[in-house]
Amino acid sequence: MTKNTAGLLSPVAWTAFAAALGAAVLIVPVLNLALPADSALHAPDYLVALMGKFLCYAMVALAIDLIWGFTGILSLGHGMFFALGGYAMGMHLMRGIAGEGVYRSDLPDFMVFLDWKELPWYWHGFEHFWFAMLMAVLVPGAFALVFGFFAFRSRIKGVYFSIITQAMTYAAMLLFFRNNTGFGGNNGLTDFKRLLGFSLLESGTKVGLYVASALALAGTFLLCRFVTVSKLGRVLIAIRDAESRVMFSGYDPLRYKLFVWTLSAVLCGVAGALYAPQVGIINPSEMHPGNSIEMAIWAAVGGRGTLIGPIIGAWLVNGAKSVFTVAFPDLWLYFLGAIFIATTLFLPAGIVGLGRLLSGRKNGRHGERS
Amino acid sequence: MTRLTRIFLALALFCLPCLPPLALAADGDPGGDYPKAVAGLGSDSRQTILDSLDAVAGLGDPRALPALDALQDRRLKRDAAGRVLIVSKDGASAVDAASGENYPGPLDALSDPPVNNLVRQRISAVLSALALISPDPEQRLLAAKELAGRPVESARAGLAKALGKETDARVKSLLEQTLAQIDLKSPDKTARLAAIKAIGASGNSDFLPALRQVVDKLDNSDALSADPDISEAAARAVASLERRDLAVRAARDLFFGASLGSVLLLAALGLAITFGLMGVINMAHGEMLMIGAYVAYVVQEFFSNRFPDFADWYLPAAIPLAFATAAVIGMLLERAIIRHLYGRPLETLLATWGISLALIQTVRLIFGAQNVEVRNPAFLSGGFELVRGLTLTYNRIGIIVFVVFVVALTWLLLNRTPLGLSIRAVTQSRSTASAMGIFTSRVDMWTFGLGSGIAGLGGVALTQVGNVGPELGQSYIVDSFMVVVLGGVGKLAGTIFGALGLGFINKFLEPFSGAVLGKIIVLVLVVVFIQKRPQGIFALKGRTAD
Repeated sequence: MTKNTAGLLSPVAWTAFAAALGAAVLIVPVLNLALPADSALHAPDYLVALMGKFLCYAMVALAIDLIWGFTGILSLGHGMFFALGGYAMGMHLMRGIAGEGVYRSDLPDFMVFLDWKELPWYWHGFEHFWFAMLMAVLVPGAFALVFGFFAFRSRIKGVYFSIITQAMTYAAMLLFFRNNTGFGGNNGLTDFKRLLGFSLLESGTKVGLYVASALALAGTFLLCRFVTVSKLGRVLIAIRDAESRVMFSGYDPLRYKLFVWTLSAVLCGVAGALYAPQVGIINPSEMHPGNSIEMAIWAAVGGRGTLIGPIIGAWLVNGAKSVFTVAFPDLWLYFLGAIFIATTLFLPAGIVGLGRLLSGRKNGRHGERS
Repeated sequence: MTRLTRIFLALALFCLPCLPPLALAADGDPGGDYPKAVAGLGSDSRQTILDSLDAVAGLGDPRALPALDALQDRRLKRDAAGRVLIVSKDGASAVDAASGENYPGPLDALSDPPVNNLVRQRISAVLSALALISPDPEQRLLAAKELAGRPVESARAGLAKALGKETDARVKSLLEQTLAQIDLKSPDKTARLAAIKAIGASGNSDFLPALRQVVDKLDNSDALSADPDISEAAARAVASLERRDLAVRAARDLFFGASLGSVLLLAALGLAITFGLMGVINMAHGEMLMIGAYVAYVVQEFFSNRFPDFADWYLPAAIPLAFATAAVIGMLLERAIIRHLYGRPLETLLATWGISLALIQTVRLIFGAQNVEVRNPAFLSGGFELVRGLTLTYNRIGIIVFVVFVVALTWLLLNRTPLGLSIRAVTQSRSTASAMGIFTSRVDMWTFGLGSGIAGLGGVALTQVGNVGPELGQSYIVDSFMVVVLGGVGKLAGTIFGALGLGFINKFLEPFSGAVLGKIIVLVLVVVFIQKRPQGIFALKGRTAD
């Protein structure tokens, strides 16, 4: 894989990237912290957290784009990786408030409630921030590596792979729902108070998390860009379009698929770790198969195989969700269903593709079919 | 014994006097014994009451029933002269307990016999003993069950007597067991050995704790407990009971596995056919189940409003309607959306997910988010006890029969009709079939209708065993995908094996690992399985290339 960083982004794109990042990390914090609360332009705390949440979702959409848009593998189980990252962070936050729970016990409240006497072995180490962050990356990554190895080795692909990953996240959800699994069961992990000594209720902490999410998204974007413009990325696209021919040309698709699948899972884990403290709860419903399918539609709405598209898609769909579920709760599922149908029927290249079509630019992208 | 059965028993006994003269009553009234015993029931001494109860039980005379009933209900009173009276239920009149003559005196100065729990217990035992001579085998069974819960030495003689006359096999075995239970404490070695043997042969695992006590010689109350013959016989009986228990449990798992497998089969059959034909996964397939279930609900409501006399007939009426409704909706979806996505299976998956969201929300808006109640018709409620500890419920048997019927129809349709021929041809090779003049697009439409219709039938079946709510389909979708993955596509047999296999594995795992972990293990097993056979159990022979 040659280092091809020179072509990472064109000078114009670099400028746009820098401008977008700068705007993201400046505007919201300023609107929140610098303006008085009664100002019309003041961004309330909940909005900062909401934006931060969307940034995390955008990271997930990017991760899905990497595996689906570029490699042609539709995962319906990314919600699990996302939740695993979230749980790793959640466990650290729970350990951080040891002794401050309702029961004043060193154990998290739900363990006291279950009458557990000591911390299960897999909870050890999470009192250290670095360890929790390592786990947020390693656990989804290792799981994806093993799962992907077995799945790709036996050449499971197409819808088979999709429904196997769906079963995977479904099984994980059932597992985490059990109280005995040791992750708080139905309620998950919640009542977080502090992260690295900063109170999660403070505006400053919320803004900090938001900025961290923005930077993480920017980093993810550059990383994905780096992967996709590299030679490796070319092989991925070739696998998407004609896997057999790639094999006949002497490449082993297993290694490429495994790499990008694991990378995608790791990115989801990071997004989940940033998500948990901003939302204040992580529970097994994040692993519900429906959530993972929704994640796939973010990428599809924005435009698969474009990197910028999934970010737009994640923001649009979740923005619409925030508006709809408040204004027309009965209609939200219809709207979401319509997005699914309309995108697949009329917008196979997503909004970015539509934009290109309208501006008359022929991008010459083939193999939209997966 | 629950309060309900006790009430039922009392009611049943109340009708006894109206029945034709009983065999035992005709044995001859030994003159003064009966009035004396009945009069004793109203005594002011608790011991006399207990003795009289025993006397009544010994007499086996059903004439005593009203008095016993009255004693139970605190309607048996005694006047100042010591006459024992039965006060009527409304409290307005009273009759002499022994003679049945009307009592002319005032009812406000009567005293109550001292009834406590011990007396009450003895009353129900006597009531049961008397019921044992009822001509109605159902009443005798009820009485025998009551007695089985109270194996007391004093009942032994009455039980042995009743057993000699008993003709009904169920009552007989119950009585034998009760006797054996009493004899387990018998001071006579042969009687005790016989009792242990009888219990071992009874197959009733409720006796296991008592037998284990004998094996472990925990009861040191008498010399016989230490007898090696006794404990050896008890060990043999325990082993035999445990073997039988295991067999019953296996049979039960088999039955529930078959029933779960049948449900999965109904859910997955249509999915497998459409997946085999078009290579697309229909995420809205679960919602076809849901629609079928709601059709059953609507038909049920219609029948109970319009034809309450034929309310149970809603089920047969719902079957064709559910098939038709789901099939039409499926065909509409195929025409409107899915056919535009051919060659893009992953996007079809997402689009059909969108459809399923819309269908769920529609049902939620029409019928509400709560579950609706679909009743079992009378002919599907209840069940029968095949052997002790294994009750087969009619609704589950009904589902298994129904599945056999649906699978047979599907097989006929696929193998004996022109449409079936086309479906098989297109499944094998779409382009070749098309070149041979098969209108593949139309075949797709009909097949989609067929698959959805079968799911609709599955929905009707589901109403008989589970909850009906808008999210009904979602809970089956992952499982039915696993069936398709396991069974492979294009072969009916694969789907059948896949569904039944998953059903059995699930039910056999449940006792060891709990339902949730069992499900997770099954999912892991499926993933491992497709390592070895990516095409499923029954793969179509042929070449695939892309």
